[in-house]
Amino acid sequence: MCGIAGLIHKGRSSNVGSEMTAMLQALKHRGPDSTGYAVYGVPSEGDYVMRVKVAEADDMARGSKVAGMLADRIAAVDAVLAEHGAKVKAKEHATDYALRYVLSHDGDTGAMAEHIEEADGVEILSMGNGLELIKDLGDASVVAEAYGLADFTGTHGIGHTRMATESDVDIKSAHPYWAFPYNDVSVVHNGQITNYWITRREMERKGHRFMSNCDSELLAVYVAHDLANGVSLEDSLRKSIDEIDGVFTYLVATKDQLGMAKDTMAAKPLVLYESDDLIAMASEEVAIRAILPQEIDTYDPYDEEVRVWQA
Amino acid sequence: MAGVSDAELQGMTQEERAAALGMMTEQLTGKSMYIEFDPEATERFAYPWAPDVDFNKRAEIDAAEMSTKEVNARIRELMREGYGTVVLHNPRGKHSLAVGILNRLNLIIEGSIGYFGVGLIDGPNVRINGRVGWSCAENMMAGTVVIQKNAGSTFGAAIRGGDLVCRGSVGSRTGIDMKGGTIIVGGDTGALSGFMMQRGRMVVCGNAGKNLGDSMYDGTIFIGGEIASLGVDAVTADLTDLDKKWLTRKLTQYELMPEKGVDHFTKVVAGKQLWNYDNLEPNEKKLIL
Repeated sequence: MCGIAGLIHKGRSSNVGSEMTAMLQALKHRGPDSTGYAVYGVPSEGDYVMRVKVAEADDMARGSKVAGMLADRIAAVDAVLAEHGAKVKAKEHATDYALRYVLSHDGDTGAMAEHIEEADGVEILSMGNGLELIKDLGDASVVAEAYGLADFTGTHGIGHTRMATESDVDIKSAHPYWAFPYNDVSVVHNGQITNYWITRREMERKGHRFMSNCDSELLAVYVAHDLANGVSLEDSLRKSIDEIDGVFTYLVATKDQLGMAKDTMAAKPLVLYESDDLIAMASEEVAIRAILPQEIDTYDPYDEEVRVWQA
Repeated sequence: MAGVSDAELQGMTQEERAAALGMMTEQLTGKSMYIEFDPEATERFAYPWAPDVDFNKRAEIDAAEMSTKEVNARIRELMREGYGTVVLHNPRGKHSLAVGILNRLNLIIEGSIGYFGVGLIDGPNVRINGRVGWSCAENMMAGTVVIQKNAGSTFGAAIRGGDLVCRGSVGSRTGIDMKGGTIIVGGDTGALSGFMMQRGRMVVCGNAGKNLGDSMYDGTIFIGGEIASLGVDAVTADLTDLDKKWLTRKLTQYELMPEKGVDHFTKVVAGKQLWNYDNLEPNEKKLIL
C-alpha cells in the first residue's frame, strides 16, 4: 500500500518542493519506510543535473572505514566525469552518501552514465536538464529537510511514500525511479506487477540495466524504452496497460509532461484535481487537501484510464 | 426509547437478547436466517442504549484542526447531549469520519471526506456537500446518505439497508457484495459494479463499466445509460410496471429523475447458473441447471 502523488503547473513555476512535501507528508500512513521526490526545475539546456548516491543509508553504520570508502567512490565518479570531458560546474553533498553535480557536457550522457555506474556501490539517481531525484529512508519532512527541498522551484513533480512489500527497505528500492539512461524521465508506482520477471528479462535482452529487484523499476525502463524509440508518452502508457499484468496505478514525468495510467482492475486508488493552471493527483484526497484546503472538485479515474498533461 | 437497559441485556441469553433487540431468526433448511420483521413485536427505531436526540437542537464542529478520532468522539458527545442536528465543517478529506453512528441524527458534512466515511451506520440521515473517497458507507444498515459530488471506488460495499445516493459519478466495484438497501448514482459507475451482489437494488442513471453484476447471486441493477459489458452470470431482464413505479418514486425523491423518464433503464439480474448453495449430488444438480 504505497502512496503516490504528483502535480503540474501549467505555464508557470511554483514552490514544487514544499508542495510535494506537504502532499507526501499527508500520505505518510500509506508508507513510512522511505520517501522520494522527482521534481522538475526550470530546464537549463546544455547543463545537466546529476544526482548520485555512493552508498546505502545502512552502510553508514559500518564505522570508521566508511569515510575512506565514500571518498574512494566519489573520486571514481569524478575520474569518469573527467574522462568523458564533463565539466563539473558545481558539486554539493546533500548527505554523506548523496551528491548533486551540475555538469556541462556535450557528449553521449547515456554512455557516461553507464561508465559511472561501473564503480562499485555507485548509483545515479537521476540525470537531466530539469529533473532532480531525491529519495531516502524516512518520512517526507525528514527527507525534505536533509536534502533542502523547501526552496525548490519548478513546474512539476511526482513523489512516493513507500511501504516495502516486494523488496527491501533501502534507497535503491525506493521510488521514484529514473528511467536510466534517458534524461529527465521518472516513475512512481503503487501496486504489484505480476509478470515482472518475464518482462524484465525481455527488457534485459533489449540491453537495459536493472539496479534493484523492485517491480516498479520495470515501469521506468518500459516507458524509457518506448520514449527512446519515438513512441509518445500517452501511447506508451496505453500499451503498458495491455502488456503489463497486475494491479497498478503509476505516474510518469518527463521534462515537460506528467502522465498517469491505471490498470484494468482499477484496484489502486488515485484522486484527480484539474484546474486551468494546476493539476494535482494523489492516492488519497487528504494529500490534495494538504495544498488546496478550500472546497474543490475531484474525481477518481476509471480502469484503463490514461491521461497526460503538458507543463 | 422503549426500556431494555444494558444490565438487563447482559443477563439474557443470546436468543433472548436478539429478540429484545428486534432481531428475530428462524430455522430455514438447516441454516439460521434473519427475518425482516415480526408482526407481534412493537416497532423499534433505535437501539436501547441510543440517546434521545432533538432534531431542532443544532451543533457545529470545525474539523480543520481535529483528528478523525476527535471528530467521531465529538459527534457521540453531542448526541449524548441531545443534539439531533450536527454540521461538520472543513473535513478536508479525512478518513473514517462519522463511522458507526447507531442512532437517529441529521448530519451535514460541508466538504469532502476520505476513505471509509460514514461506514457501519444504522439510522442517521447524512448529507455530504462534497466528494467522498473509497468505501463510503460500507456496511451501512439503515438511514440515508446523499453525496453532492463524486464518489470513489467500492461505494456502498456490503450495505445491508438504507438509501445511499451519489449525485455525481462513482468509481469501480460499486455495491460490491451488497446485501440489501438501495444505491442510487446520478452519473456513471466503473468496472465490476454489483460484483457478488446478494440482495438490494442499485440504480445508475449514467453508464456502467465492464463486467457489470459479475457473479451476482441476487438483487437487481438498473442502468440508464450504456453497459460496457455484463459480468459472468449477469443477465438482462424485462422492466416491469412495478420496477418503473419504484424507479420513479426513488429517483423523484432524490431529485435525480431523468428528463426522458425511466422506460429506457436496462434491468440486470442474476442468471443463477452459478448457484451452488445446497451441496447437491452432481446428478441432482444437473436437474436444476
